[in-house]
Amino acid sequence: MIKVQNLYKKFGSNLVLNDISVTIKQGEVVSVIGPSGSGKSTFLRCLNLLEKPTSGTVLINETDLTAKGADIHKSRQQIGMVFQHFHLFPHLTVLENLTYAPIKVKGLKRAEANDKARLLLAKVGLSDKAAAYPSSLSGGQKQRVAIARALAMEPELLLFDEPTSALDPEMVKEVLDVMKDLAKSGMTMVVVTHEMGFAREVADRVIFLDHGSLVEEGSPAAFFASPKTERAREFLEKVL
Amino acid sequence: MNLDFSQLVPYIPFMLKGIWTTIQFVIVSIIVGSILGTLLALFKIGTVKPLRWFADAYTSIFRGTPLILQLMIIYYSVPQLTGYDINAFTSAVLAFGLNSSAYISEIIRAGIQAVDKGQMEAAQALGIPYRAMMKDIILPQALKNILPALMNEFITLTKESAIVSTIGYLDLMRRAQVVGSDLFRNFEPLLFVGFIYWCMVMVLTVIGRMIERRLKLSD
Repeated sequence: MIKVQNLYKKFGSNLVLNDISVTIKQGEVVSVIGPSGSGKSTFLRCLNLLEKPTSGTVLINETDLTAKGADIHKSRQQIGMVFQHFHLFPHLTVLENLTYAPIKVKGLKRAEANDKARLLLAKVGLSDKAAAYPSSLSGGQKQRVAIARALAMEPELLLFDEPTSALDPEMVKEVLDVMKDLAKSGMTMVVVTHEMGFAREVADRVIFLDHGSLVEEGSPAAFFASPKTERAREFLEKVL
Repeated sequence: MNLDFSQLVPYIPFMLKGIWTTIQFVIVSIIVGSILGTLLALFKIGTVKPLRWFADAYTSIFRGTPLILQLMIIYYSVPQLTGYDINAFTSAVLAFGLNSSAYISEIIRAGIQAVDKGQMEAAQALGIPYRAMMKDIILPQALKNILPALMNEFITLTKESAIVSTIGYLDLMRRAQVVGSDLFRNFEPLLFVGFIYWCMVMVLTVIGRMIERRLKLSD
């Protein structure tokens, strides 16, 4: 379970996140949507402390990530992240991308890590690319490898930062399909996305941010059919 | 024109020995310079302010004064200050290692900063500790970008190594001078070692290209 309490984030004097409190249950899929500049990505990056919150707490299974002296590396091992621009390690093969952290950080044996990585590659449909370098893959393939890399650490929670925004339109589906499978398998996911279709179909809950504040949250069915706030209504009119 | 290379023949083994003397201290200097340079580069991009100041001051001093002056200071002032009779080899390695580490640190710093910031974030998100991230993820990528600049530095160092002849270290250059004054002919021995320097630089260039090609495998 993830519990975010009174989260504030300032860049200089610019207030980017304004008093956000959210609780995410085990196995829940939450979509974070909102106009650009609303603080969606910053919110996501605060969950694994890529951005340090100005104040507030982030609890993951009762461990306070924001506490003084918290073992941030240890916590991050339980939180996978998938980026908009993939950020695969270009000098390592696909297989090495998946095995590096499990071997180095979790102390897995190479053979064991390789077996697990191959299973994950099969799961995302890229078994034949194990020996390839990232530069030879398409955008959609890169993103699927990135998802597999995050899964290789067996995280409790998976964060997605606009995972399909940098993809050509015809590659969006292959990535969303992988994400749907994950959601079905009970993975806890927080997804910042512009894919309203995904939010509507797959998410258990939608969170709408605007100007750094949590304006509205609710089930996708209710949110998309009849948003309660004016700002959410305006936003939906523009994107749907 | 009265060039006569035949007189050089008896001296050739003596001069060829200079290749090894030169290579020996160039290699040690490159190793010292690379290790120190990497450390300084990490200081420069790090968050510990005193270390950053130290690295910046260090670079400023060693880049801001002539190499031959640094060599002279080390060779002549260490005995004066400490009583320890420093030999030519140690002085040469110290001067060249310390000096080139200043240049190498700048090259590596620029290389690290040119690596996409997302690489660091991806590593952090996987819980990879700083040390492993630098060693296995960031530096290998930086190295690929800076290899030409780094090879350039090594080539400069190889050629500039001739400066150690001024403190009497029997390198290639010094040997050419010795032979010159023995024969009362300078042009032939100087031309001879000039050719050897050129060959050494060519070897370095070829090695650099080979490594570059290997690193390109992932493109």
